[in-house]
Formats: sequence, structure tokens, C-alpha cells
Amino acid sequence: MSAPGVAGGRAAVAGEVAARLPVAAARRQGPVDWGTVVVHALLLACVAVIAFPLYYALVISTQTVDQVLERPPLLLPSVHAVDNYTQAWQRANMGRLLWNSAVVAVVSAVGKIVISMLSAFAVVYFRFRGRMVCFWMIFVTLMLPVEVRIMSTYEVIGALGWLDTYQGLTVPLMASATATFLFRQFYLTIPNELAEAAQLDGVGPMRFLWSFLVPLSWANIAALFVVLFIFGWNQYLWPLMITNSEAMRVVVIGLNDLIPRTGTHIPEWNVMMAAAMMALLPPVAVILFMQRWFVKGLVESEK
Amino acid sequence: MTRAVFKNRWLPYLLVAPQLAVTVAFFFWPAFESLRLSFFKTSPFGDRSYFVGLENFEKLLVSPEYYASIVNSFIFAFGVTGLGVGAGLFVAALATQKIRGLVAYRTAVLWPYGIAPPIAGIIFLFVFHPSYGVLPYWLSFVTAYEFNWLLKGWVAMALVIIATAWTHVGYNIAFFLAGLLAIPASVLEAASVDGAGPVRRFAFVIFPLLSPITFYLVVVNLIFSFFGSFGVIHAVTQGGPGNATEIMVFKVYKDGFVGLNLGASAAQSVILMAIVIGLTALQFRFVEKKVTYS
Repeated sequence: MSAPGVAGGRAAVAGEVAARLPVAAARRQGPVDWGTVVVHALLLACVAVIAFPLYYALVISTQTVDQVLERPPLLLPSVHAVDNYTQAWQRANMGRLLWNSAVVAVVSAVGKIVISMLSAFAVVYFRFRGRMVCFWMIFVTLMLPVEVRIMSTYEVIGALGWLDTYQGLTVPLMASATATFLFRQFYLTIPNELAEAAQLDGVGPMRFLWSFLVPLSWANIAALFVVLFIFGWNQYLWPLMITNSEAMRVVVIGLNDLIPRTGTHIPEWNVMMAAAMMALLPPVAVILFMQRWFVKGLVESEK
Repeated sequence: MTRAVFKNRWLPYLLVAPQLAVTVAFFFWPAFESLRLSFFKTSPFGDRSYFVGLENFEKLLVSPEYYASIVNSFIFAFGVTGLGVGAGLFVAALATQKIRGLVAYRTAVLWPYGIAPPIAGIIFLFVFHPSYGVLPYWLSFVTAYEFNWLLKGWVAMALVIIATAWTHVGYNIAFFLAGLLAIPASVLEAASVDGAGPVRRFAFVIFPLLSPITFYLVVVNLIFSFFGSFGVIHAVTQGGPGNATEIMVFKVYKDGFVGLNLGASAAQSVILMAIVIGLTALQFRFVEKKVTYS
């Protein structure tokens, strides 16, 4: 998962693209192809439009309040980043918020992967009574997002005494039909002979899972982890409901306190944007640096 | 396929136990409870409740606010989907010219997917800010119309739609590009040899091949914007101004969690469940359709 590996992967994909494009390759020999130039210009314009809001937020996070309020708006960075980021860090208790978000993202992603691998293993490699019932029960969870069962799920967590705890924040997120299906699909592609040979050698099921399936699944695990990490980091409704102390809040919710509401607050949008930058950096960095896994995870978990 | 290899009486149950425990405790039981509560009326303190049959549903169906929230949800969901999938398709249409650097472009548009919609909402809140934002400032050169989302419902709606679509456009583009790479080069060559220009190639060759992906993305975007949209509304508009951005999932929360009207909230949950079941069924039709070009 190192950076060179990712770059290598990208180069390989790019190579694949080029290899598929004899037409474009032939064109490149000739004089300037204005069609291609226009297409690149349009694509760059799309990229600029998509990047602008983040650029703007970044610029604001480096300005003083006076600069933020200036008209016409200043669209170039200023030099007050350190001030704003320190302010935001202290005022929002950012260290604690980021830690909580990291715990939720990592624990829920790992938990999902582990319990999904186990149940997919059971469904694929065993015949047992109620197998299809289990399969359908897992499938149906797709149709029950938190939003449609909020009040009663809250009551379950209350009854367990899990309000305001890490287990309350993470365990209910761990059931995942998509992850289970992904592993099931993957196990089905592994030749039967592998399991047969393992059995002949007297390898038990758990040993087979641990020594054969897990090593073969690393690419899937990495891809899924990236997608689930981002999903966990960006949870909103669930942590909003079941945490009420500041110490247990996650960063996406903690930001709300910093929004300068019109009329009542000093318009410190610079501090707000500095806090927003810190909250969005981890998941965005994960996408950028683990892009190959991320795209694989996105595309495969939808099969 | 016969694949049963390991024989063990209790191990498979042990293996599925964690998944099923979470599923039953946090999915089935609450869903069942919502269904039950939707037929009951509970006092605000939760100490008494009595069976009222379909009264909660009847009340919802005559409530103009509930209708407004349905309409708002549809505007929001179709707005996000139209904008996100439309932009994705636009980029895909450009990319079919088979130019270099597609993967670099993908990188350059994919990262907003990591930004939580509520954070995107906060950023756009400032971009749209009536006094300090850059967008009303630029628009003031074009028109005297005041784009104040605090006062005008449709501007607030546009704000949350754009913010949400922004986080999802890269996802759509990534899927379209994956679909483009899966189209055999020979098909495109054949079209070129037959004299099809770029526009005709897209319209008659590429788009039909991408249509299963388009269909799939429309459904996924609808599901996401129906159910994943609570955060952006809660963080940015709180359903306002008036009820202009009060969508169904926000109303469930508000009636149940803030208003403590459990029966009404549960009835809304049941209706949402019906919607998500319908959409998921649609999504899984895609699994069969997807094989068009393989």
C-alpha cells in the first residue's frame, strides 16, 4: 500500500488506456488536433469548477476576519493560517474530536470487515440448516438505513446503556450486507481444489480461513477498508443521536458550534474554514493516497 | 455450484453469530418496533401508550407539512441525482474522445467524495453567504435579484443540492470511467471506421453501452440523497427557511427526537422503509442488466 505501489498501479491503468486507443495514438503523430485541445480545456474547466469551493475555503482559512469581509472578495491566500488553525483547534477541542472520529472510522471499518468475512466464509464453505435464512437476513439490512429506524434504535442503545460510549458509536454500524456480499463473491471465485487439497492435508476450517483465504483477500480487505473508513468518518445522524457529551462528539458534528450564524456571532469564517479543513483532510487524504484501493472498493462493493 | 467442503455441526452458526447479533439487535428489532409504534400513540414522556390503528398514518396523509416534506425530498433527491449524474455523464462524454490522462482527471475530481455532505454544506454556506460569499457578489453584476438563502426557500434548496451533488460527482465519474474502460476498443474502432464522428459515437455506441451504469447510478444517487441527506440539512438549514428544505428524513428526526411525537415519527419511518425497499429492489435489477457488454 506504499506510495510507489499506488503510482505503479496508476501508470499500469494509464498504459492500459493508451493501449486501447490506437485511434488516439495515430492522431498524436499528426499536426495539433484541435478537438483534443478543446476536450482537455473543457475537462480542465470541470476540474476547476469542482476544485473551486475547496480552494476558496482554504483561502478563507488563511485570512483575518477583516480580509474575509472585504469586497471584492480576496481570492488569494493570506498569511494568518497559523493563528486561525490554532484558534480552531483550541475552540472546537479539535484533538478530541479528531480522535473520536478516527476511533469510529477505524473500529467500525475493521469490525465490519471481520464479521463480514466470517459470515461469508460460513455461507460459502458450509452447508447448514438456515443458511439461506441467514443470507436473506443479511441482505435485508440494506433496506433498513439508520434514517428509517432512528427512534427505536436509539431506545435499544439506551436499554444497553451504550449512550455516549464508543461501543454505541461503532457496534451498530458493523452489520454490512455489501461487505458480506463482496467477500462471498470473492470466495466463490477461489477454485474448489484449494479447499479440497487443504482438507486432504487435514487443514481445519479456521486454519483454512486464516492461512489461505485471509492472505488471498488482502486486496479486497484494503479496498473495503478505505471505503468503510470514509463512510465511518463521515457518519452524522448516528453519532448526533447517541452522544450528548462533548467528550464523545465526532468532528463532523463538532464543527456545527463554530458556524457563525448571521446576526448573533462575529463572522469568523476564517476559523470555521480552518476547522473544516482539519475535519476533511483525513478522508480526502485517504482517497488521494489510496486511490487505487478506493476505486476498487467502490466499484467492487457495488456488485 | 457444489462447494460444501467443511463439515461441522456448530461452527457455521458461530461464524454467522456476530453478524446476525448486530443485525437483529440494531436492524430487525428497531424496524419491528417502528412498525409497532406506528400503530400506537405514546405520551411525550413515554409512560403511557395505546393502540390507535391507522390514526398516525391518517393524520400524516392529511398534513400539508408532510406533503411538503415529500415534495421537498423529491426535489432534493432528483436535484442531486440530476446534477451529479448529469455532470458525470458530461465528463464521460468528453472522455470518450479517448484522450490521455484520464486517470489524472479522475484523481482531480474524485477527492470531494471524502468530504462529508455537512462539511460541504458549510463550505457552500459561505460561498452562498448573502453578505460575504463570492457567489452572490458575482451574481450581483448580472442581476439585482437577491440570492439570499436565509430568506428564499429555493436558494436554500439549491445550496444543499449543489453541496451534496458536489460530494458525489466524483463517484459518478469514477463509475462512468470504469464503464468506458470496459468497452472493447474494437467496438469504438468499428464505429470510427464506419465514419461515426465523436457525437454520433457517443450517442449511438457509447451511451447505450453505458446505460446500465447510468441506470444504476441514478438509483444509487436517489437512495443516497433520500437517506444520506440528513446531515447537510441539519448542519446548514435546519429545514428552513420556513419549511423549504424540510425533507422526510429530517422530519422523522424532528417529530420524533425534538417533538417527541413517537407515533407520528414511527409512521413516517414505516413509509420511508417502503420507499427504500422499492429503491433497493430497483438497484438489484441492475445486477441482471449489468452484463450487457460482457
